Amino acid sequence: MKSRLKERIEKILTEYGGKRQALLPALHLVQEREGHISEEVISYLASRLSLPSVDVYGMVTFYSLFSLKKEGKNIIRVCVSLPCYLRGGNQILETLKEELGIKEYETTPDKRFTLEPVSCLGLCDQAPAMMINDEVYGNLTKRKVKEIIRGFK
Amino acid sequence: MNPVKFRETKIVLKNIHRPHSRRLKTYLKAGGYQALKKVLKGMNPQGVIKEVERSRLVGRGGAAFPTGLKWEFAREAKDIPKYVVCNADEGEPGTFKDKQILEKDPHLLLEGMAICGYAIGARQGNIYIRGEYFQAYRILKEAVKEAEEKGFLGKNILGEDFSFSISLYRGAGAYVCGEETALLDSLEGKKGQSRVKPPFPAFEGFQNKPTVLNNVETLANIPDIILKGAQWFLKIGSQKTPGTKIYCLSGDIQRPGYYELPTGIKLKRLLIDYGKGVKGELKAILPGGVSSSFLTRKDLSVALDWPSVAKRGSQLGSGAIIILNDTHCMVDIARRCAQFFAYESCGKCSPCREGTKRTRELLTNITLGRGELSDLELLCELQEVMYDTSRCGLGQAALNAVRSAILKFRDEFEEHIRERRCRFGICPLGKESS
Repeated sequence: MKSRLKERIEKILTEYGGKRQALLPALHLVQEREGHISEEVISYLASRLSLPSVDVYGMVTFYSLFSLKKEGKNIIRVCVSLPCYLRGGNQILETLKEELGIKEYETTPDKRFTLEPVSCLGLCDQAPAMMINDEVYGNLTKRKVKEIIRGFK
Repeated sequence: MNPVKFRETKIVLKNIHRPHSRRLKTYLKAGGYQALKKVLKGMNPQGVIKEVERSRLVGRGGAAFPTGLKWEFAREAKDIPKYVVCNADEGEPGTFKDKQILEKDPHLLLEGMAICGYAIGARQGNIYIRGEYFQAYRILKEAVKEAEEKGFLGKNILGEDFSFSISLYRGAGAYVCGEETALLDSLEGKKGQSRVKPPFPAFEGFQNKPTVLNNVETLANIPDIILKGAQWFLKIGSQKTPGTKIYCLSGDIQRPGYYELPTGIKLKRLLIDYGKGVKGELKAILPGGVSSSFLTRKDLSVALDWPSVAKRGSQLGSGAIIILNDTHCMVDIARRCAQFFAYESCGKCSPCREGTKRTRELLTNITLGRGELSDLELLCELQEVMYDTSRCGLGQAALNAVRSAILKFRDEFEEHIRERRCRFGICPLGKESS
């Protein structure tokens, strides 16, 4: 593990008085920096918080924003909940799959994109909608999706 | 509607039209933190709680529990320290109301929380915010910093003997964390899985200490109730649950969006005057997101408040009104809802963990042409079992949409089963199964 990452984790642990409440913020940090939560990080956090590794592992797999596999540089979160579905959300997911040449939860071979179908993002007034990283894209059409993805390439 | 009167009825979204509405400066100019001042300079905690009780404010997150009563429970609880926790884990499909407050008027929420802290005797507040609300999180963080710098949060607020600080905590993508006890576990750095109730959070909440857990919209009502008084609040909206509600319109509607209106507005009026009508022919309505039961055209005259919607056999919940037109197959929609709950069930209690999976399986089979008529009875029975035995609201409400779809659109289900036909051509019905 990089020493700078370790330092930042330690800072979070101190901020929360060494309690397990530090776990979610620490996992957020690692996910953002590394694109995934490695076994090494899981063991480290487990030992620092005196928790069994399986407990930390369980956290990573329970929450959808964390992943064990290394994610791409850009994470596409496309809403598959009812309000978007009613407005053609399915086509948006299909278009993304076609355009990127990958299936749900996969990462493109060049590691640029990861595609994640997600539950409602609170963008129902601009359905169908998706987010790329922390940017919001609403009122999508097949054409718009293609343009957005090509703009990233 | 008269535009002046329209503006008068706004409570929680009253400031969002102002330029730079998220800034403390704007908030102060609009009369912000005056309620906190009023409370600290001249009201005792019991007086604050009495005022909130008299206003008959009920929780806007979905359960519609009387806010004042919740506060009183926490105040009366003997254990210390006490906590205020704001549920900003907005996740019910079709809901996007709290986000507006978080992003456009964060100080309104902070003020509401500080008043609650004073009332129940808490020094610490936590806002549990959805992991995917990146923008709202940044704005809120900035707002907390601003409020601390100007002495509206922190030690000896406004020079008085009251200290209250607010921390932010990000969720990480789990619908169930919107359920209060799952939220508390998540806030403690655990998996978000529900706890057995009772004890309720007001007695044993965050770190097993007395905790008031309120929704963003609920807390945003507090400053005006304090400043203008319960009597003023009681004159707005319906009698049993007065005030306003932010209704979120989505799905097949001409003008989707969020509308803060007095409670009790007729569904029809909301759809026509604000939503500008349905796109296509109206078929069904989910008034409280995917965890509510379907209403139909017959219910257009229903008043949108919790007791009135309940009388129609559905739930207003968080006010996520999803409109479906007649191009959708109800079997397909029911399967979609089931899929959502099967994915989001936390797995802690068996009725929900197994029930949501079996529901998805049964409905998928029907869409594949492998269903049997007895499945429909089985699904309705499963709904009852899950309602009675699931530990939290997720499992209890998971089959509302499915059961009501079967009851109100039974012909579509029977058609799929008997004739292996989907009149909308949406369900595969065995065409792809070989």
